[in-house]
Amino acid sequence: MDMLSHFFTSLLSTLRDVIPIAVILFGFQLFILRKKIPNLRQILFGFLLVLLGLAFFLEGLEQALFPLGKLMAEQLTAPDFLGVSEAGPGDWKNYLWVYLFAFAIGFSTTVAEPSLIAVAIKANQVSAGTIGTWGLRIAVAIGVAVGITLGVYRIITGTPLHWYIIVGYIFVIVQTVFCPKSIIALAYDSGGVTTSTVTVPLVAALGLGLANNIPGRNPLLDGFGLIAFASLFPIMSVMGYAQLSEWLAHRRKQTRLSGEGD
Amino acid sequence: MKKLLSHLGLSLLDSVRDLAPIIMVIAFFQLLVLQRPIPDLAGLLAGTFLVVLGLTLFVQGLKMGLFPIGETMAHDFATKGSLFWLLLFAFALGFGTTVAEPALIAVADEAANVAAQGGMITNSEQAMQEYADGLRLTVALSVGAAIVVGVLRIIKGWPVQYLIIIGYIGVVVMTFFAPPEIIGIAYDSGGVTTSTITVPLVTALGVGLASSIRGRSPLTDGFGLIAFASLTPMIFVMAYGIML
Repeated sequence: MDMLSHFFTSLLSTLRDVIPIAVILFGFQLFILRKKIPNLRQILFGFLLVLLGLAFFLEGLEQALFPLGKLMAEQLTAPDFLGVSEAGPGDWKNYLWVYLFAFAIGFSTTVAEPSLIAVAIKANQVSAGTIGTWGLRIAVAIGVAVGITLGVYRIITGTPLHWYIIVGYIFVIVQTVFCPKSIIALAYDSGGVTTSTVTVPLVAALGLGLANNIPGRNPLLDGFGLIAFASLFPIMSVMGYAQLSEWLAHRRKQTRLSGEGD
Repeated sequence: MKKLLSHLGLSLLDSVRDLAPIIMVIAFFQLLVLQRPIPDLAGLLAGTFLVVLGLTLFVQGLKMGLFPIGETMAHDFATKGSLFWLLLFAFALGFGTTVAEPALIAVADEAANVAAQGGMITNSEQAMQEYADGLRLTVALSVGAAIVVGVLRIIKGWPVQYLIIIGYIGVVVMTFFAPPEIIGIAYDSGGVTTSTITVPLVTALGVGLASSIRGRSPLTDGFGLIAFASLTPMIFVMAYGIML
């Protein structure tokens, strides 16, 4: 019974997200475009599926994965586990598990991120299959994993966030110059889509746990910023993935050409 | 019917594969690193089943509902040829989907908290609420503006990287003037504003527009809207922090 009422709360909050969007879409369709929507019933059914799907998804996450994930983030950053004492932040080896957790949780939550799945499906369609859905998602997930790991390092060392981000920007700009033109827009987009429903709550728990427990860190100043890392690094990894596949295709062509020459 | 069922079965398998990494990570750390038993295994399994089911339904709904309507409307706007209504639609979509976004509400409340503790505003319930509401409106406006600029870019065929570089310069310049307490929140706000429903719609809109306009490639020109929508909030939140 309790579970049921909880599910309705999730359903209501998803409904609250969907309604403004539906009003804008159908309002413009009815009053401005004034055209009949083809397959209206199918589209409405699709909206219903999205609504139900998101509600189930969030409900399941909140029931099962978030409590355990957050608890683990707390346990891994607890002073006992890290060996943090009044004297100092302790041995760096104690933090190895935290880094591994940051990497693993960044990767695995990104693979399950629904908005990334959406963008990957679209990119695959539009590129006529040359951009594989899995290739893109793995590239983005590696980017997020590296980003969060570096973000955790920043919280542990207490270095200012903006220097990392500025260096990251310079890296992105340089990479843009050398990257295949067709992938640039998609790569920039993958920065924004990675961090939503699944990633944010777990990563925020990790960041706040670390900032709370390491001496000299202020949760308000140091607890934030992990999301920023997670939105910057996928841009680099997706461009890197495009450069790598272009280079591999080029090399294959070269070896084939030289093979024909013999 | 049989075809539909086998299709559904396959998508369920896809969702299981999507979620397998998280489950493995959690099991590994819980059992081997922290060496604790998994509390409430039945609840965990039931929750995981809900997540798998939800993801499957969501992806189906995406293909049946969100993608087609986004593309149809983009195409209709392009053939109607009225730039004004298209831009108004773009703004409404950006503003409307952001202003009620739960992640943004959470970030705005957090920012108000920081501002109150930093002494930027008086530490009262009312001042904090006003600050949070103002911030939310600012971010929603910035996302609306971002989608408008992004749509204009698709129509005109401007290369995405120049606009992004201008945005980066904006972020860096604002960083040096913004109060240090707001920087972390501002940087994070870029990532949280684009929700799970907004992303597929906005992507379909961009791709639909780029495929309807002659001379635009859906891949090169159609993407990029999300990138703008995650860049402008950073600038606007820092501007908000400077002004108050």
